[in-house]
This record gives sequence, structure tokens and C-alpha cells, in this order.
Amino acid sequence: MKFNYAIPTGLLVASILFTGCASNDNNNNNNSGNEAAAASSSNAANAPASTTAPAAADLTSAIEQYRNYVIEQCDAFVKMTESFTTAVKAGQLEEAKALYAPSRMHYERIEPIAEALGDLDPNIDARENDVDPADWRGFHKIEQALWQNGTTDGMSEVADQLLKDAQLLRAKVETTDIDATLLVTGAVGLLNEVSSSKVTGEEERYSHTDLYDFVANVEGAQKIYELLKPELAKKDPALDQTIGERFTALLNELAPFKSGDGYVSYETLKEDEIRKLSQNLDALAEPLSNMGTILGV
Amino acid sequence: MKKDKSAKPVAKPSEGLMDQKLSRRDMLRLTGVGGLGLLLGGTGAGSIIAARKASEPAPAALAANADTIPFYGSHQSGILTPAQNFIVFAAFDLTTTKLAEVKQLLEAWTTAAAALTSGSLIGNVNDNPNLPPSDTGEADGLSPSKCTLTFGVGPAFFDGRFGLASKRPSTFADLPAFAGDALEPQWCGGDLCVQACADDLQVAFHAIRNLARIARGTAVLRWTQEGFQRTGGADPKGGTPRNLLGFKDGTGNPDVTDAAAMQEIVWSGSGDGPAWMNGGTYMAVRRVQLRVEVWDRSPLSDQENTFGRYRQSGAPIGAKDEFADLNLEAKDAAGRPVVPPNSHSALSHGDGSVKILRRSYSYSSGMNLKTGQLDAGLLFISFQKDLVKQFVSIQQRLAKSDMLNEYILHTGSAVFACFPGVREGGYIGETLLG
Ligand code: HEM
Repeated sequence: MKFNYAIPTGLLVASILFTGCASNDNNNNNNSGNEAAAASSSNAANAPASTTAPAAADLTSAIEQYRNYVIEQCDAFVKMTESFTTAVKAGQLEEAKALYAPSRMHYERIEPIAEALGDLDPNIDARENDVDPADWRGFHKIEQALWQNGTTDGMSEVADQLLKDAQLLRAKVETTDIDATLLVTGAVGLLNEVSSSKVTGEEERYSHTDLYDFVANVEGAQKIYELLKPELAKKDPALDQTIGERFTALLNELAPFKSGDGYVSYETLKEDEIRKLSQNLDALAEPLSNMGTILGV
Repeated sequence: MKKDKSAKPVAKPSEGLMDQKLSRRDMLRLTGVGGLGLLLGGTGAGSIIAARKASEPAPAALAANADTIPFYGSHQSGILTPAQNFIVFAAFDLTTTKLAEVKQLLEAWTTAAAALTSGSLIGNVNDNPNLPPSDTGEADGLSPSKCTLTFGVGPAFFDGRFGLASKRPSTFADLPAFAGDALEPQWCGGDLCVQACADDLQVAFHAIRNLARIARGTAVLRWTQEGFQRTGGADPKGGTPRNLLGFKDGTGNPDVTDAAAMQEIVWSGSGDGPAWMNGGTYMAVRRVQLRVEVWDRSPLSDQENTFGRYRQSGAPIGAKDEFADLNLEAKDAAGRPVVPPNSHSALSHGDGSVKILRRSYSYSSGMNLKTGQLDAGLLFISFQKDLVKQFVSIQQRLAKSDMLNEYILHTGSAVFACFPGVREGGYIGETLLG
């Protein structure tokens, strides 16, 4: 989670409307799997003033599909959170622990949306020192009780509140503005989330389920990439190819840490394994951050 | 031959010095250090006013600028170039196994290096609100600050990954273990290296940061070390810089303006090894921690005997002038050698037949949390045409009996084959990969 993440919702419509892509295809000559070349080709694509050729990238369908994805994830999130909080309230410690990380994955996949919705993100996802102790609630408070204190005692109210917050999120996304800029920045935002808190193992400091969040953030970013891919492939095929390859590389790097339906404890990862994940993440996030090229200049 | 590189127009002509007659030794001394070596070109202060727009590519004329060291040339810069004030050294590991991607990286690095060394912004997307700028920006508007970028490949580059095993120069391998080595993997090795030097630390850092960014997905940082020496500004007379043990370091270096000597000591020539290294050189890097606390408790005479030189003047013990020849035969009244045979100067000098070009920097990396002591030392860097015959033979003697060993700890080690220079239109490593 990240509280001071301002989504520039205002930029949206204008950037979509004025996007031109006629002058693009000639700029994609030095394609390569390497970041430098990818960056330079996308960079070059944006250098010329593309005021002509109003063949605007049509992202309306991508945006619509993303909205559906968000709603789908939110529905699943509310459902899973309900099971989780029910277990917490029933004092079923092991059951609650087992549901904790999988429930959160639905949330982590669409985190940029929740972050755009004001207080919801801190209410659901704040860690102990993120907020005033009196205001601390949500998943991580229960996480602390389950793993550190080994009990569900005293969590009943927190659980009720969490479910209410989850339902509120679901209600709000229905009417949230989602625009192309949010998609583009959201994808990078998801990966930045990973590098600033998941990689360090700070997100799930009691349960060490950071890999669930890690994977969910990456999946959320991948979803956005897939929705934007048709436009991106038109505008900068080299960049598109690089991003695709880097997603594959990162997911391959994550694969060995699967365990049953979930992931191994973050504590079992060795320093060099973490570094490798982090470097693969950076290798992906760098070209991904150039997806803004489809927004035009 | 290096006149064009090392004898740049002066920033601030100081009349007194211009009038003085300079002996060869003086010249040597001056060219061996950042600041005053630049006197020799003699030009008005106007030449340092680097009027340029940051976003414009550097016009060729900029090469004449006192703050610019040309990137293109027959040899790489940053080797004979008088040591700038700062270094940021970076070793990289390749994550790709495709040679084509390595080549693309070196091409991209070439383009970026040409911009970085001329003080222009990298790339051409620096004002698109929808995209991250292609240059990270912290050197925008700064002078190139004599930035040099020197590139090389490590022995690991010639393992099975890229099918280049047959191109490995026969004696090019990781250094052998030396007595007393305390190497830590985090300071050793690397497939590639970039030595960024500049008279401004931010400029040097900016270079490494952007090269690492460009490498993302192809290569990752393996280790880095920043270093410094006294700045030209702090020592306008441009004396030999002192290392953190307080001694002048560099006195015994060969003369970089002596083309014949450089051909003999530094540059790999035809017949010296594979043709792709013609005009290149081999770099030895050792990260040497100094036990400064222990050193600071030793009496001056011990310190001077350790180096075989006087601290104040830098002269060999028994001599007056810093640049006096090391006379290892001289005996005192009791018949004992004046310069202790196990002193660092005596041992590293040997019979004087084997030389290297040192280009080291001091480093300070905060404190050691376990001991509460300073973590400071020397990022030792030397260039030579043959690592085994030159660096290794000297270091073997030193490791065995150097009096200095009591005060130092070798914690890092790497060697790199530094390519010949890049011609305009070409790319770094072209002779190997082209
Ligand atoms: C912390 C480590 C080191 C320190 C503090 C150090 C310092 C010095 C100093 C003060 C001098 C005398 C001044 C001069 O001639 O420049 C010197 C000379 C020299 N050092 Fe080192 N040095 C270190 C490591 C090494 C290593 C690892 C080598 C090579 C294997 C080396 C090779 C030489 C050579 C070749 C000379 C010149 C000898 C001559 O006069 O011919 N040094 N060093």
C-alpha cells in the first residue's frame, strides 16, 4: 500500500483523444530484447510532434475490460474476506491463517484502484507504523494477532470493520473513473509496490506471506499490459515484445517458490534469491514504464 | 601522444606558475594529477565557459573544452587521463545469455557514454509528460567535469555463455590467491566493468546510474565502489595526492606523456595477444581496506620505514627530492640498507624492470558496525599490458613480505580487459564482438 499516491485522474480524456499513432511505425527499427533499445525506440516514437494523424488509440474497450476485471476481483475479494473474517470471529485460528493471504491477493491485483479511493487503502491495508496507532485496523492488524499473538481474541470488531471496508470498496469501484493514464501508471505502480515493500519482506512482517502479494501485484500489472497490448504492439512492437519477455522471465523466476496452491514463506528465501527477484522486477518495470507511449505526447 | 588528452587548456592561468620553468619531473608530476597538469595548453579562462544547451548533442567543437575529455579515440580515456577528483566504479553481471543482446547493450552504452562525457542529456525523451525521461536529470546543466567512462570485460565473459571462449587472451584469468587475501565475494569479479571518473561526484554517479538503468534486463550491478582523492581545488599546486595513510601516492608512476613507455607498460600491441585487444589494456582492481586506527598508533619512523619514503616530502628515505630515484643499494654507516628492503616502495619497485600504471582512489564507506572503526581504504586500480608478468609478479612479492601488510586487508579483487578506444560510429567492444 502507498498512501500518498496521487493518481492524475484529470489527464485522462484529453490524452486519449489526442493520441495519434500514424507517425509511429517508422520509429521502431532498432528493436531488441534489451531495455536500452526498447527505451530508445519508444522514445523515438514520441519525439516527433504527432499532431497530424488523429487515428487516436482507441482504449475505450481496454478501459471497459479493465473495469470488469476490477469488479470481478472486488467481488472475489469481498467473498473471500467474508470467509476470512467469519473464521476470525469463530476463533478458527488455522482456518483464518489459511484464508488470509489468498483473500488479499484479489485486493493486491487492483491496488492502484483502491489507492485512488481515498482512505480505503489505509483502512484495509495499513501496516502497524503506517498510521496513528488509534487508527490502525484492517488486514495487518489481524495478521499480527494471528501470527504474532497466536490468537483471534479481540479481533471480532476489526474483522467486522474489515468486511465493511471491503464491501465499501466494491460499491465504490462501480462509479470510479478509470482512464488510460490510470491504467498506464497503475501497472508501474503495482510493480513499484513490489519493489518498495514486498521485496523487502516488510509487507507481511508477521505471516511472511509476501510472495502472495508479490505475485498478485505482478498479475495485476500483467492484466493491464495484456489489455493495452494491442495498442502497444501497433505503436511500439519492440517495447511490447520486451515487456512480454520480461513478464515471462519474472514469472519463471517466481515459479520455484510455489508450494501447493500458494507460496513458500518469504523467510525461506535466501538473500541472492531475493536479489534476483528484485532485479528481474526492475528489468520489467523499466520498459513497462514506457507504456505511456500509447498515450501520445 | 597523450598531449591532446592530458594537456588541456587551463582553467585559470596562474601567472607565477606559467613563468616558471618546468623540469621534466615537474611536468610529470603536474600531468599526473588533475589540476595543474592542465596548465600546459595555456588558454584564456574563456574556454571553460561551457556555453551549451543541455538538450543539444555535443558538437565536435566541445572536445576542445577544458572540461571535456573526448570519448572517442584510439585508446579509451580514463587510463592515461590524469586522475579526476572522483570515481564511481561499477562491476556488472550479464543476465542475458544472448550475444546479440550484449552487443545491443554495448551499442546503447556507447551512445549514452558519448552524451555523458560531453555533458548532454541521454536520449531524446526528456519532455514527454506521459513517459519517464530518458535521462535521469541530475547532471542537467552541469559541466562534463572531465567525465571519462572506461569499459572492460572480466574473465567470466569468456566462459561458455557467449561462445567466446576461444577469444580469451591466454593469460587473462582471475587473479591467483595471494597470501593474506581476505576477499569477500561482494567485492569481487564481474562480467563487465565501467570506471566512471569525473571532477564532480554527482556527474560520475549520474553516469553509472544511467548505464545501470540502460542495462536493466541485460545486466545487473554486481558491486560498486565510490572513491575520491583530494580535489584539484584543494591543491591548486597539483602535488602528488596523498592516500589515507597520509603518504604521497603516485610518485613512482611511469610518465603518461611518454608514448614509448606507455606502449611498453600499458597498451597491448600487435604480438602481445589477440588482435581485438590491440590498443587496449588490462585493469587490476583491488579493494584494500586500511586499518587506519592501527596505523594512527604507529610512530612516524615506523610509518616511513613501511613505505621506504618520508611522509612529508614523499622522497625516498635518504633522499631530499620526492622524485629522486629509489636507491636500493644505499647503506647507512652500520651497513644496513637505507631504504628497508621489505618496505612497500622497495618491494614494489623490485629491480625496476617491471612497471605498472597505478590510478587508485581512496574510499570511505562509513563505519564498520561491528568494530565501530572507520571503513576506509584504497580502491587500487592499475593498468598494464600483461596482468601476470606485471601486476601479479609485483603483488606476489608484496603479499609475501610487504611491511604495509600489517595495516591493510585486501577485501576485493577483479580484473578486466579494457577494450581499445571507440571510433566515432563504432561501439564499445566492437573489435571483440564485431
Ligand atoms: C592499500 C594499499 C596500497 C597503498 C596504501 C600503497 C601506497 C603506495 C605508496 C605511498 C607508494 C610510494 C609512492 C609512489 O611511488 O607512488 C607506492 C608505490 C608503489 N606501489 Fe603501492 N600501495 C598499495 C598497494 C599496492 C599494490 C596492491 C600494488 C601492486 C601490486 C602496488 C604497487 C606499487 C608500485 C609499483 C609502486 C611504485 C614503486 C616504484 O617506485 O617503482 N601498491 N604505493
